[in-house]
Amino acid sequence: MFIINCPYCGERDHAEFSYGGEAHLVRPKQPTELSDDQWAEYLFMRKNIKGIQYERWNHSHGCRRWFNLSRDTSNDKIHSVYKIGEKPSE
Amino acid sequence: MSNEYRLSSGGQINRSEIISFKFNGKILYGYKGDTLASALLANGIHLIGRSFKYHRPRGIFTSGVEEPNALVQIIKDEAKTDPNLRATQIEIYEGLSATSQNCWPSVKFDLGSINNLFSPIIPAGFYYKTFMWPASLWKNVYEYFIRKAAGLGKSPTKKDPDMYDHNYYHCEVLIVGAGPAGLVAAKTAANAGKRVLLVDERPNFGGNLNFANENYNKINELAPLEWIKKTCLELKNYKNIKILNRTSVAAYHNYNYLIMMQNLTDHLPDKDKKGKIRQRLWKVRAKKVILATGSIERPMIFDCNDRPGIMLSSAVRKYANSYGVKCGNNISIFTNNDDAYETAITLHNKGIKVKSIIDIREKSNGSLPKKCDELGIKIHWKSAVIYTEGYKKINKIHVINLSKDNSSVVGNKLKIDCDLLCVSGGYTPAVHLYTQSGGKLDYNEDKHYFFPKKNTLNQMSIGSCNGTFGLKNIITESHEKTKEFLDIKKTEQFSILEPRSGNFENIWLIPSNKISGKTKSFVDYQNDSTANDIKLALREGFKSIEHVKRYTTTGMATDQGKIANMHALGIISEVTNTKLGELGTTTFRPPYSPITFGALVGRNVGKFFDIVRKTPMHNWHEKYNAKFEDVGQWKRAWYYPSGKESMYDAVQRESKAARSNAGILDASTLGKIDIQGSDASEFLNRVYTNAWNKLAIGKCRYGLMLNDDGMVYDDGVTTRLGENHYIMTTTTGGAATVMGKLEDFLQTEWPELNVYLTSVTDHFATISVCGPHSKKILEKVTQNIDYSDTNFPHMSFKNGLVDKINCRVMRISFTGELSYEINVQANYGQSVWEKCIVAGKEYGITPYGTEAMHLLRAEKGFIIVGQETDGTVTPVDLQMDWIVSKKKYDFIGKRSLYRSDTIREDRKQYVGLITKDPKEILEEGAQIVAEVKNKPPMDMIGHVTSSYYSPNLNKSIALAIVKNGKKLKGKKLYIPMPNKTIEVTVSDTIFLDKEGKRLNA
Repeated sequence: MFIINCPYCGERDHAEFSYGGEAHLVRPKQPTELSDDQWAEYLFMRKNIKGIQYERWNHSHGCRRWFNLSRDTSNDKIHSVYKIGEKPSE
Repeated sequence: MSNEYRLSSGGQINRSEIISFKFNGKILYGYKGDTLASALLANGIHLIGRSFKYHRPRGIFTSGVEEPNALVQIIKDEAKTDPNLRATQIEIYEGLSATSQNCWPSVKFDLGSINNLFSPIIPAGFYYKTFMWPASLWKNVYEYFIRKAAGLGKSPTKKDPDMYDHNYYHCEVLIVGAGPAGLVAAKTAANAGKRVLLVDERPNFGGNLNFANENYNKINELAPLEWIKKTCLELKNYKNIKILNRTSVAAYHNYNYLIMMQNLTDHLPDKDKKGKIRQRLWKVRAKKVILATGSIERPMIFDCNDRPGIMLSSAVRKYANSYGVKCGNNISIFTNNDDAYETAITLHNKGIKVKSIIDIREKSNGSLPKKCDELGIKIHWKSAVIYTEGYKKINKIHVINLSKDNSSVVGNKLKIDCDLLCVSGGYTPAVHLYTQSGGKLDYNEDKHYFFPKKNTLNQMSIGSCNGTFGLKNIITESHEKTKEFLDIKKTEQFSILEPRSGNFENIWLIPSNKISGKTKSFVDYQNDSTANDIKLALREGFKSIEHVKRYTTTGMATDQGKIANMHALGIISEVTNTKLGELGTTTFRPPYSPITFGALVGRNVGKFFDIVRKTPMHNWHEKYNAKFEDVGQWKRAWYYPSGKESMYDAVQRESKAARSNAGILDASTLGKIDIQGSDASEFLNRVYTNAWNKLAIGKCRYGLMLNDDGMVYDDGVTTRLGENHYIMTTTTGGAATVMGKLEDFLQTEWPELNVYLTSVTDHFATISVCGPHSKKILEKVTQNIDYSDTNFPHMSFKNGLVDKINCRVMRISFTGELSYEINVQANYGQSVWEKCIVAGKEYGITPYGTEAMHLLRAEKGFIIVGQETDGTVTPVDLQMDWIVSKKKYDFIGKRSLYRSDTIREDRKQYVGLITKDPKEILEEGAQIVAEVKNKPPMDMIGHVTSSYYSPNLNKSIALAIVKNGKKLKGKKLYIPMPNKTIEVTVSDTIFLDKEGKRLNA
């Protein structure tokens, strides 16, 4: 039941957004050169952190832009919201 | 009317308005302002229901939301009946009819009560231990028996005729609870100009102050009721406050998001309910929240503490003061604190006999016990009630002295006659909403309660829910803390009169003169769990309080830790020798008090349940008798029965016509994405498995889209409209997710690409005309297009005109026939469709629906994503290797196509199936085996994905996904059905026109 401060639109109810999983996973530029294990690491392995987690979110019922945020999974407090390509403020 | 337990005066009821109501079929009378509980008590009725497990008689125990026993069903008719309502909260109205629950055949003679005799063999976890094996008995015997025995009320059997509503609300400060703390906070905040929302679940404000003794409690020299009235009037005059009564906060989520239910008409007589909204669900976002939710009086835990006629002391005081009802004529009180003495004095002053007060303490230095002594009420200090007598109503209590350390009893027991026993075990702060919001608790070792830890959230607790007791403390704290919390400077002075209060002493489980196995000391009345159940659970090795709670069911269901929580924790703490603060509490879950499904759903019922999307030609389909199929939110024409034709016959006719003459299909629902930008070709290269750079302008190409795990995700035809301009089609169901996925890649992985996507699904109507006569029809409908095969070959596109309307015509085919798709601006869809019908009349044009479309493409072996695929199928599994580019460096999913798992040769692969009997039509979803055994389990090697009777081939055809299917061509497989086994032969997936000659017919 968060309020998310969309970097393009401002504070909006969580219902306008959709979750896109872990942030800062970069799709390998040369997948063909990776071993099965390396590719599987990118494709399937995700962290499941208790504490500050970096996440991708999409303002799907708003500007439809993707952005990242950092959220404490133990209390759902959002610490920073930032655009794709930017770094979190802390 | 006979209200023999109604006092001659007093109470906040309107004695001039008599109301008749029914309880268990009997007509009774009460006054306007009564609750069902107070009206029943006025009629001398205590026995309301039977307990959950042992079917023991149970009576009204409290006066509010915490009521564990007096759950009733309200019945109007089959559509309007509400189970599990608390008699203590229901306001009576003319025509109200309520019945007891969980008793059969009647509350006075209950067959289930035989369980009480067997109670020694129904201990904690009885159901878990007994109903375990054999598994076969579960379905027909155990479940039936348990459901019947449990019987917590009945659901309505007809559609709910009432109206419900939702409201979103934002405020600066939400104050929950309008007792003395909430009222002071509201006034402080409103007076400072804050935008306030004040809510309380009860009809009247003032909380427990409503029934405080006016001789001992005064605020600014006003009697409690006068101060409440004055404060409420003042509040109503502020423009910046919204006040809601009968509004219960069900859930407190993080970010100060609260869900509340407002009851608007349940208290009104039926004639006044008409045309009004019954309940409104409020979704509130508050900048700050002040919780003033009060506290709940605790019972005492002793042998047979559950008989009708045993009630909370504060409830008895409330019935006397607020409703003018005496709950008994000959009263005893069992307490560990001074508050119960206020009840004694109140009752005494109203002429009701208080025979004795049993107090576990050695003495009290408070002013109220002293007064009771002066009034001549016998006080048994350092004593306890250890047993009660009376089956359907209490008639005797057994009283005995406590040992010095309260661990055992001493001396001889004394039997005292009574028809009412008030119990008071002190007060527990109602921290439910606070903990729901994520707040943590501290434990007060002296006063034995949990209270909110100091926190940094945008909320605070005040008054007794914060562990602050005594009128003066509550009012001062409320005012001062509200000022600080909301940064308010203005100060108000209060002068408070209150009784001097004595100490408080606590015993979680009153000792007994019997061995503990022989006692029945109820901790949770609603779920029938006793102190012994909790001890048993601990002996059996349950240590976590969450486990003990589930094993014994203590504090579960609607109780959610209201009455049955503290004592369970106290007993666990004593037995395991753990400090309560370390033990913690169980989780209090929302809703705090039950809310209706109606309120949750609001207006989103019937046709408003979900959005319905209709194509521009929908009206035509309806007019021509189409049956519709739901595809996502779309209504698609499924088939067009002519007269009384069956679905099967209609589909056979439509499919035949499409191949022999001409067919017309509404394909408007296919997803359409307009792609523009200088990198559009490169973008398509990356998202589809095949190559796109060399596609000439004006040409179309089929593409398969994968996820990065290599599994087929979507498919469709994309047309190059210009150098940097494409239009992509997607599956109907996949349109939104494909658009989302493409946007995701563009924004996050490939921001360097100059590509813009626009969803244009709704902007175009798409009419697909197929069959040997389709070219002639198109020539009649459109102008300035040369349809010769050299100018307009298969998989190409032309711009044209239908009269003056621009259109795009694609020559593409999903049926395997010569086929054209006309795209026009959506609002012209129906007129162009009708033009095609008129033009095609001489050629026998036949509209066909999605079912015939599926059949026609199955004859050609074309896949449908989501039918032949299920997220575990690669292009190679589909035998579509031809569409996977070997040359491209990368595309989404490429790397996964040669993972060790995806290159396995025995993966499930796409094949055709021909039944031995050509008339036998397989069931879609049927399981396929290689070897038939006498009985299950058999090794499943695949399943049927599509199956039809082909009118063009005159035989049954099917598509399937089968393990190692590519190598099984020509092999026999079996499909075991409930009453037979069907033999099939594995075949190619293309059943008709393998050479594709019909595309150029």
